[in-house]
Amino acid sequence: MGLVLLAVIWLITFISTYFFIAKTWWLPVGASAAAAGIDHHFTTTFILMGIVFVAAQVALGYLVWSFRDRGNPAKVSYSHGNTTLEIVWTVLTTILFVGLNLTSSSIWASERFRPAAADSVQVEVTGMQFAWYFRYPGPDGKFGATNPELEDASAGGEAALGLDTKDPASKDDVVSGVMVVPVNREIEVILRAHDVIHSFFIPQMRFKQDAVPGLAIHMHFTPIQTGEYEILCAELCGLGHYKMHGIVRVVTPEEFDKWLAAREAEKL
Amino acid sequence: MAGGTGGGETITMSTHESAVQAAHAHGAPQGFIRKWVFSLDHKVIGLQYYFLALVAVFVGMFLSLLMRIHLIWPTVALPLLGDIKPETYLTLVTMHGTIMVFFVLTTAPQGGFGNYFLPIQIGAPDMAFPVLNMLSFWTTLVGFIVMIAAFFVAGGAPLHGWTGYAPLSAVQSTGPGEGLGADLWIISIAIFCIGALMGALNFITTTLDMRAKGMTMMRMPLTVWAWFVTAILGLLAFGVLLSAGILLLMDRNLGTSFYVPLITVNGQLTGHKGGSPLLWQHLFWFFGHPEVYIAILPAMGLASQLLSVFSRKPIFGYKAMVYAILGIGFLGFMVWGHHMFMSGMSPYTAFAFSIMTMGIGVPSAIKTFNWLGTIWGGRIRFDSPMLFAIGFVSLFVSGGISGPFLAQPVLDIQLHDTYFVPGHFHLIMGVASIFGIFAATYYWFPKMFGRMMNESLARWHFWFSFIGTYAIFMPMHYLGMAGMPRRYSQMTEVGYLLDLIPLQKFITYAAFITIAGQLIFLVNLFWSMFKGKKAVDNPWEATTLEWTTATPPPHDNFGGHTPVVHNGPYEYGVPGAPRDYVMQTDPEIEPAH
Repeated sequence: MGLVLLAVIWLITFISTYFFIAKTWWLPVGASAAAAGIDHHFTTTFILMGIVFVAAQVALGYLVWSFRDRGNPAKVSYSHGNTTLEIVWTVLTTILFVGLNLTSSSIWASERFRPAAADSVQVEVTGMQFAWYFRYPGPDGKFGATNPELEDASAGGEAALGLDTKDPASKDDVVSGVMVVPVNREIEVILRAHDVIHSFFIPQMRFKQDAVPGLAIHMHFTPIQTGEYEILCAELCGLGHYKMHGIVRVVTPEEFDKWLAAREAEKL
Repeated sequence: MAGGTGGGETITMSTHESAVQAAHAHGAPQGFIRKWVFSLDHKVIGLQYYFLALVAVFVGMFLSLLMRIHLIWPTVALPLLGDIKPETYLTLVTMHGTIMVFFVLTTAPQGGFGNYFLPIQIGAPDMAFPVLNMLSFWTTLVGFIVMIAAFFVAGGAPLHGWTGYAPLSAVQSTGPGEGLGADLWIISIAIFCIGALMGALNFITTTLDMRAKGMTMMRMPLTVWAWFVTAILGLLAFGVLLSAGILLLMDRNLGTSFYVPLITVNGQLTGHKGGSPLLWQHLFWFFGHPEVYIAILPAMGLASQLLSVFSRKPIFGYKAMVYAILGIGFLGFMVWGHHMFMSGMSPYTAFAFSIMTMGIGVPSAIKTFNWLGTIWGGRIRFDSPMLFAIGFVSLFVSGGISGPFLAQPVLDIQLHDTYFVPGHFHLIMGVASIFGIFAATYYWFPKMFGRMMNESLARWHFWFSFIGTYAIFMPMHYLGMAGMPRRYSQMTEVGYLLDLIPLQKFITYAAFITIAGQLIFLVNLFWSMFKGKKAVDNPWEATTLEWTTATPPPHDNFGGHTPVVHNGPYEYGVPGAPRDYVMQTDPEIEPAH
């Protein structure tokens, strides 16, 4: 029985680890400025925790085999433990766990402590059951007022957001069902939700943040690869949660200006 | 306490304890109703909790099976149940999680085995408050019935997940199931909380006040320590959840706005304003994280016990194990914010919660080291309780090791609300705790029913469960890293999820096989109850008090006597002792070295 346990525990450990190392299923390719740092820390954590995982499982398998009851009456080692060992592994684990955490704090700080740069592109992202809307402030750099009483979800676009067209600042606001952003510029995302909590998740950007009704949450990311990326809702928001899907299109600055200008022109 | 008083005898007491215990004495009940239904006997109440959890676990498992079927065959109609719609899928998610967490993982290890064996292991004739004990079980049962009723009301069960995040859970118009079904869900949880609070008070008082002569705190089996600390966690956590639930019920039905700001649902104003969705999350997780330890601590205590018994060796670092349990209990209340890194909570707070969370990994690691230290140099007997204890350690390591990924906000950005999370918590708080329940069943079955369980069936059950668990939950980590979000009823709407369907299929097939393996357990349980081999009083040659009494134990546990304790709970392989174990009631051995 000891040998079978050893074989099964080791086999499970090696198969599990193999798929991590082979990266058969892995993080999607990063396309934002933060991705490299995050992925690097992911790898560091993976290596350290992987070593602990394999070591503990291999030891467990070995010990149950090695110290199986062999039927001889030899006395077992009578010991209640070893205080020095307890202290050693407590200290080592503390250093490993807390140290690992501290090494990632600078990435977290740059992602979340620092506000977006002054020259970033502002996009207001609004989640509602079960769609994402994206609003740009237009040439005046100001978002117009919205009013919940004006909301008409079925009409889509500006009406879905309840944009108050009487507010002068709203005249040049652009509302889109697709998020278009320029590459290599910091994007300031202002996250809102109308009804329940949603979560704005772009795997390739290593970006996730809940959109909470009643709050306007300011976040930022910098795309560094042009292309189309899928946006998902990551917080359970109701029966259509699985299809609350969107697209972020990362384009060159020229294409972005052209797109925005065309949308402005449509409004006038 | 020091100084032996002769060999292994029990004496009647004449001091404080006898007065305390006399106050709790109640004669053996006559008649079926008082004996088996409205029983005051902690052993019967323990069995009642256990069988409630057994019903609940098969309901919960059946729901998960439907989820797995729908995920990979979304258009297949099921016999009797018909089509599973996206909202039906979410009600399955919600009810599976809620039933498993409350009525299985909280009910069986603590209410079931804790009730049955805590008094016996400390040498008490019953719980401190037998009537309260009976009430806490019946309250819990009512809670379960109310929960199941949610399936059968108009609109069906709620779809807001077991975490019930507001405003989804707080406003009736947010989806089907958010009407009466959601009210019943909250009421059921509130009732459960009341039952759990009564149970917690009872456990704490019993442990502090009802220990037999010589049973000092540091001679208590680690199972008792685990139940004791679990009860303290329950006392502090369930009160908060109860309050949070009442506020939620008021938001839903009385027009208050504790959790709901000014929102529109489908363009319609709801009349709420000024509430905070994050308030619910703080209150919920202030309960919810300690709840993880409420589920796992009894299993940790049991694993410690069994590794020592079946390795025929003292537990490695008894004191360190006690401090680790206390440390986990204490830190368990300071880490709730790690569920909220992406919630909009201050990122500075997230940083603090993250450090605390990595800190709680330390006592968990100490326990793992000590478990390995316990089997090191032992003479391991591979009886079925031991197989599940070894399986528990393996699962605890595997589920624990993914914790430091999720505990770091930087990595949580990617992993939060993906399949990585259910992969993590199913291994550690789900199946590891269930392995604790299995181990406890195989270990204590002889004491509870006077018969042995069938050992070959038990082994088959172990292999199905152990390999099956890994086959189901390890791939969930891969799915999570690839960006598969949780609680998606279908994978057809997002391009890159299509590539992940084969892995989901594999998980579903693994679930079929693993669930089939659980039928072996069910058969073994009921067959052995009536047809199993007769058990002797101490079949595992273990040292704790439950093995000193008759099988099954008499109504007052020790047949009119109260044991006197002279030794620690894990004296195996003692040099110079006549046999390889020294009972707690045996004459005191030389101080441990």
